[in-house]
Amino acid sequence: MRTLAEYLPEHPFFQGLEPTVMDLMVGCAQNVHFAEGATLFRTGEPADTFYVIRHGRVALDIHDPSRGDLVVASLGEGEVVGWSWLVPPYRWVFDGRATSGVSAVALDGACLRGKCDQDPALGYALMQRVSGVLYERLQDARIRLLDVYGSRT
Amino acid sequence: MSTTSVTGRPSTADPGAGRSAPGDPMIPRLFEVREVRLDTRDTVTLALEPQDGVPLAHRAGQFTMLHAFGVGEVPISICGDPTQPGPLLHTIRDVGAVTHALVSTPPGTAIGVRGPFGTGWDVTDGVGQDIVVVTGGIGLAPLRPAILEVVSRRAEFGRVVLLYGARSPEDILFAEDMARWAAEHNIVVEITVDYGPPSWTGRVGLVTNLVPRAGFDPLNTLALVCGPEVMMRHAATALVERGVPAQRVRLSMERNMKCGVGLCGHCQVREVFLCVDGPVMDYARLAALMDIREL
Repeated sequence: MRTLAEYLPEHPFFQGLEPTVMDLMVGCAQNVHFAEGATLFRTGEPADTFYVIRHGRVALDIHDPSRGDLVVASLGEGEVVGWSWLVPPYRWVFDGRATSGVSAVALDGACLRGKCDQDPALGYALMQRVSGVLYERLQDARIRLLDVYGSRT
Repeated sequence: MSTTSVTGRPSTADPGAGRSAPGDPMIPRLFEVREVRLDTRDTVTLALEPQDGVPLAHRAGQFTMLHAFGVGEVPISICGDPTQPGPLLHTIRDVGAVTHALVSTPPGTAIGVRGPFGTGWDVTDGVGQDIVVVTGGIGLAPLRPAILEVVSRRAEFGRVVLLYGARSPEDILFAEDMARWAAEHNIVVEITVDYGPPSWTGRVGLVTNLVPRAGFDPLNTLALVCGPEVMMRHAATALVERGVPAQRVRLSMERNMKCGVGLCGHCQVREVFLCVDGPVMDYARLAALMDIREL
């Protein structure tokens, strides 16, 4: 079985990071597994982790009183889940649920924040990647707001 | 081959290509509704048979003008298999007065059909290469004939990828077709929806986000894109960013077609008459036109 130090640099989110930066990341990481249907996190709970998905798919659910639970996004292999660890008050705003068996790397948010505070180079490198993913998700959300498949088209 | 349209303008497309019953393209032929199949909550497929017995041959990607008598006429893409005989198939979304009249037409009733009109997908240009289809919503209907043509000649193509986006799981069109293409014809089918119930275990997100992660050889690919214009613009951009040459990205543009023969100008986008120069055009030619708001 490959170690985290071997696997993480190859994940699309981390590709290109300096080895010294990767070593700091690996120090905050551990392998985790979730069975199909398992909950990774719940709305309102403390957000202290983000997940790098190795295999499987995670659905982000939100509860709408008029429509019940809705899946608003799903993330799979090669993607990352969870940004609430980065922004106060560090609480999840969606439920995260494994829609298949999921293997992931969990990174401790408090550990990462501490290392970023101590090492601006690490913080900048991480924020560049986080910003890229957030940009993609924001564009995704804005276009879906248009309801392009709706009855107006 | 370059031909001359009825407007006298040079055109790379022959608006009458494939028409099996030559005649005045402005006069509808009578077709009888043989079957009405409910595909989704607001989308119906009509199976039509010509009353004169002369089948309407078409190329994948072409459209007809469907006439609901006493109501009006709308352009609808043909969604049947161009390589097989059979009824003329049109998948129609109930979004307006004419489409509502069409989807409500009882079997045995006649409607009018003009065409076929416009350019096709011409999948033969992708022989020996990968085929990537990016589509959303009812945009899958105009692409179905192209996919069926690829299926009928599957060994001539490399990897075939179909990326499809829908509003929700219950809005997914041709689900049985897609399952069969994946299971029996080695087509990679990826479906995503804008939102879904907890029971949905598939993807949720934009169809264009599937492009960077789809497995195909960008420099050796013919890409076919059809759907809402916003989706097509983002899909084409994603394909080009992935490395597919813009000339190899084909879009089906539909803008208010009326006459179907390049005469009335309702579908005109600058120098392009979409009913004869399109609806299928390559992104190298369309990109600049799509960015002009006034068009």
